[in-house]
Amino acid sequence: MKTRSIASLLLTTALTFAAAGEASAQDKAVKIGALSDQSGLYADLGGPGSTLAAQMAVEDSGLAAKGWKIDVISGDHQNKPDIGTAIARQWFDVDKVDVIVDVPNSGVALAVNNVVKEKNGVYINSGAATSDLTNAQCSPNTVHWTYDTYMLAHTTGQALVKAGGDTWFFLTADYAFGAALERDTTAVVTANGGKVVGGVKHPLNTPDFSSFLLQAQASKAKIIGLANAGGDTTNTIKQAAEFGIGKGGQKLAALLLFLTDVKALGLETAQGLNFTETFYWDMDDKARAFSKRFAAKMKNSAPPTMVQAGVYAGVRHYLKALEALGGNPHDGVKVVEKMKSMPTEDDLFGKGEIQPNGRTIHNAYLFEVKKPSESKGPWDFYKLVGTVPGDQAFTPLSESKCALLKK
Amino acid sequence: MQALYAQLLVGLINGSFYALLSLGLAVIFGMLNIINFAHGALYMMGAFVAYFLLNIGGISYWWALLLAPVIVGIFGMILERTMLQWLTGLDHLYGLLLTFGIALIVQGVFQNYFGSSGLPYAIPDQLKGGMNLGFMFLPVYRGWVVIFSLVVCLATWFLIEKTRLGAYLRAATENPTLVRAFGINVPRMITLTYGLGVGLAALAGVLSAPINQVRPLMGADLIIVVFAVVVIGGMGSIMGSIITGFALGVIEGLTKYFYPEASNTVVFVLMVLVLLVKPTGLTGRAA
Repeated sequence: MKTRSIASLLLTTALTFAAAGEASAQDKAVKIGALSDQSGLYADLGGPGSTLAAQMAVEDSGLAAKGWKIDVISGDHQNKPDIGTAIARQWFDVDKVDVIVDVPNSGVALAVNNVVKEKNGVYINSGAATSDLTNAQCSPNTVHWTYDTYMLAHTTGQALVKAGGDTWFFLTADYAFGAALERDTTAVVTANGGKVVGGVKHPLNTPDFSSFLLQAQASKAKIIGLANAGGDTTNTIKQAAEFGIGKGGQKLAALLLFLTDVKALGLETAQGLNFTETFYWDMDDKARAFSKRFAAKMKNSAPPTMVQAGVYAGVRHYLKALEALGGNPHDGVKVVEKMKSMPTEDDLFGKGEIQPNGRTIHNAYLFEVKKPSESKGPWDFYKLVGTVPGDQAFTPLSESKCALLKK
Repeated sequence: MQALYAQLLVGLINGSFYALLSLGLAVIFGMLNIINFAHGALYMMGAFVAYFLLNIGGISYWWALLLAPVIVGIFGMILERTMLQWLTGLDHLYGLLLTFGIALIVQGVFQNYFGSSGLPYAIPDQLKGGMNLGFMFLPVYRGWVVIFSLVVCLATWFLIEKTRLGAYLRAATENPTLVRAFGINVPRMITLTYGLGVGLAALAGVLSAPINQVRPLMGADLIIVVFAVVVIGGMGSIMGSIITGFALGVIEGLTKYFYPEASNTVVFVLMVLVLLVKPTGLTGRAA
């Protein structure tokens, strides 16, 4: 009996040392997986540009010169949660990926969020919008950069209600993201004395919105809230113009609009739209300098969207945390704790912090799309209308339902 | 009730695209026995050619309506000459795989250069604005789409079913050797027919450019529905595909009103039902 317990003790000790030895051997190796929609309706706002952003963050970190070996690989989740989780599992189990970045499409993001937690990896989300990632579904392994549905609702949504848009009709993409955005915006509308008079859920990736637009028109709501994204939003806006919706006194609220969407619409159609982003390439000298380097490496010379900028900033901060730890512990919770303990600062989002629930706090900006006559270049699209400080744009900790906060 | 009229009309507009596309597929299948999976990609090319004509050549929408189908049609005929013709007499599966591969390549090339968000194409000035019909605001352009595609569909039907040229065509599919014996160049006719089917797809592409974004994947999103339309109408039946195209547009429109969540599946539910009851399709003859 006694000998057996001593033997097991020795064995445990040996194993512990072996494990420790292995970890220190790969101390300075990092593998980053950029998981995105590489060819579908969200490919331009994330996709290959997000992979490029991650690569640039690695280069700019200067860690290679200090003996680190950092690889970036990419994957295409095709907007399908099952494919996204399969790639994530393979990355952790076979390819030994440490961190997954981007993942636009909230449906895929929520699924990947669970896999990362199970595998104790790190997930730096930039592309997905659902505020659930730092609320009910929050995880000690996840950091949410760039934006979320709460922020969109409390900036664009709130501004519209306060400007007199007190009746709303929603056109909502029928999946996790649309539902979250509609929910968060509805909360803002009702809290400010407005009313939601109706809504319709459309399938993701719908080419024709005329039926839905007619229903929105018939509702007589003052604001038609677009709780959709990417190609769905551009199609809705374009077709709403066709059906004379702006002229009838109703106003479109593009709750989520990206740089690439404005490009796709053309200024003629998009002019005057109000929306919120947290990054615009032409905001200041630092943003311009980065965007110039970025565009030079993009196939169509496109400057970065806020999602791609968020991937860059997130990876930079992640690598700073690893450097501060003196090596890669390959322990997701530990790395994310370190990330949360350090203030964030980069050229694109300025100074900020990561809250205990994983939410990154930085400024948000209200923009208006320029008239064609005001635009001076192929990507000169936005006018800055206002700045919302981070603590007002994002979920206050007191309202967050994240279980991590109950400790 | 007013809302219902509006939805019916909107359904008819979408039906126009289904009709034009499924007509092209039906012509190609009827005459060449090829299941043309590249149809969506060729539709997309039609829209892109219109975009290039306008933005590079300064050529208006009206000329694009004529030129884009011709240009894409020629591209189609080259495809037929260099690749598809070698599949004559082989199992349908080979044609399907070849054209599916072509579609993926064409889409991939366009996506590589133009991304996935698409490019804007403005409605021509003459067709801007709209009319108030009492029960709805009808954009002039949408009305134009319905009328124009109806005319094109009927003209195609007339060409194939009622003219001498059409008679040759139908005879050539029935018994190519015999028709050749009469001194008619059957391979050339087949090539021209493929060109015609492809031209119809490109024409639908030009028509849709001002409504939707000109996107590399615009055809991929549509083609599966159009195939369902062709199957419901009966493979190879010209009139069947026209009528089914419009009818399914209307049914889909009504679904968008009563139960929007199902609007992208209703066509397939119908397809299953039709196949269970009448496997040859609504207007198809038993093979």
